[in-house]
Amino acid sequence: MTAENGIRSLVARRAAGEISAAEIAAHYLERIERHDGDLNTLISVCAERARAQAEAVDAGTAADGPLAGLPLIHKDIFCTEGVKTSCGSRMLDNFIAPYDATAVARLAAAGAVTLGKANMDEFAMGSSNETSYYGPVRNPWNRDYVPGGSSGGSAAAVAAGLAPAATGTDTGGSIRQPAALCGVTGIKPTYGRVSRYGMIAFASSLDQGGCFARSAEDCAHVLGAMAGFDARDSTCVERDVPDYAAALDGNIRGLRIGLPKQYFADGLEAGSRAAIDKAIAELEGLGAEPVEIELPHTDLAVSTYYVIAPAEASSNLARYDGVRYGHRCADPVDLDDLYSRSRAEGFGREVQRRIMVGAYVLSAGYYDAYYVKAQQTRRLIADDFTRAFADVDLIAGPVTQAPAFRLGEKLDDPVSMYLNDVYTLPASLAGLPGMSVPAGFVEGLPVGLQLLAPWFEEGRLLNAAHAFQQATDWHTRRPPGYESQETP
Amino acid sequence: MSLTDDQVRNVARLARLGLDDARIAEHAGELSNIIDVFESLAQVDTDGVEPMAHPLDLTARLRPDEAVPVTTRDAFQAIAPAVADGVYLVPKVIE
Repeated sequence: MTAENGIRSLVARRAAGEISAAEIAAHYLERIERHDGDLNTLISVCAERARAQAEAVDAGTAADGPLAGLPLIHKDIFCTEGVKTSCGSRMLDNFIAPYDATAVARLAAAGAVTLGKANMDEFAMGSSNETSYYGPVRNPWNRDYVPGGSSGGSAAAVAAGLAPAATGTDTGGSIRQPAALCGVTGIKPTYGRVSRYGMIAFASSLDQGGCFARSAEDCAHVLGAMAGFDARDSTCVERDVPDYAAALDGNIRGLRIGLPKQYFADGLEAGSRAAIDKAIAELEGLGAEPVEIELPHTDLAVSTYYVIAPAEASSNLARYDGVRYGHRCADPVDLDDLYSRSRAEGFGREVQRRIMVGAYVLSAGYYDAYYVKAQQTRRLIADDFTRAFADVDLIAGPVTQAPAFRLGEKLDDPVSMYLNDVYTLPASLAGLPGMSVPAGFVEGLPVGLQLLAPWFEEGRLLNAAHAFQQATDWHTRRPPGYESQETP
Repeated sequence: MSLTDDQVRNVARLARLGLDDARIAEHAGELSNIIDVFESLAQVDTDGVEPMAHPLDLTARLRPDEAVPVTTRDAFQAIAPAVADGVYLVPKVIE
């Protein structure tokens, strides 16, 4: 449905000489200039770099890859050589990355042009984008509402048409949840599919890069260029990347789609439930076969995740010591003062909270009761999926319990913020690929349909989303005020 | 369960976070609320369940043991807060 306005068409028009990469970049830079003041989706705009990259594409001196001339926004968690890479934190406000993340380098090698770096929750810790040192991102559908997080800047930028696509990362739902809340398509691939090299670490057994775009087809193009083996990430999987875009045929006849009973329980808001039910009926109309399934350990996901992710974070973030890079306090009197004051000044409230939770669950006397126990319940959660996928090809359900909430509404109540993540955390803990696909609205705010596939079945996931988008037009809706002159 | 102020101070010390002493009680309340959520784990029967450290049961990949020239020192030191003569500077450690 979006093919005529999608990435394939934009790249083809440039290749045919109908439009230059410089014109495409200028178009989006102009949109950023016009709209981003209200939305705050970007921490850095790379206008000069984008113009230079686009001119190199036009001059034939840059890589003439499958995305030649396509403008992109990178989440500010991906190191970008010569550009500030802040991770949404004061700690890295002065950090100019000395190298490119593999995902950034691969997309550049495919010909993509970097427009800017997206705002995000500090160190990717948050579900509302309110923990950023650079201020909250606003949801383009209603600027009094959060865009979701942690990749909220990426999702909101794509929703407002500030770029055709953006990268993101998902540790516990940080691609799927903002995609749902902003009404765009987002994919988190299988853990290990996209290299984590140069992607600032939060929780290393969970972090995975992915992308946002208007449609599943557009996501297929971007993910295809991002994914693949990288020897510099020891957990990156040595496995061929299929041509996701070429494999989209929109045929889901006979596909068995599991509906986890636990994802349709009491907490799900009625309007969202109605949208998800309608989306599932749509998939059934396309020939898929819905089957009720059980994921019995779903209710353990929040406690399991909020032990494991902070534990890994407390260890990963120990590297911020005020010595090699990042914030350093003034006039430290000794080494301990240097560490503790630099970290207290550099990290925001939520990050400090999670580091302390992590240090607590890893500390002597609590390690077995919390950390080892959570690793065991993590296996129970993953085993639920193994059993479910013996019988079904995909799993479908909601991404969130309700559409976007108001800015400030949950900021002072971390526990209520955490409980929000109940539908996205299980797949993260298991390392499964997942998507959010626009599936309707409740009072003007988007609702996302979550699709999950077995490990490394991103192609099946994208194809089901593509089939759905051939039959529906939710993904083509634009937030009021941002719809005019969207495509160059 | 409730964390005492001393437990919070200990955790902050382990994490090298210099907390404002006036806000210790506030931190204790917040951390206690979060740790309360974890109590549900204690009810789960996990006898014989192998802890899962990683989503894919991978074995660590080995690289050839070859010396590779490191060419990034200058670039990395250029972004450091305090360097001199190629070394990172910290407050005096040995009196």
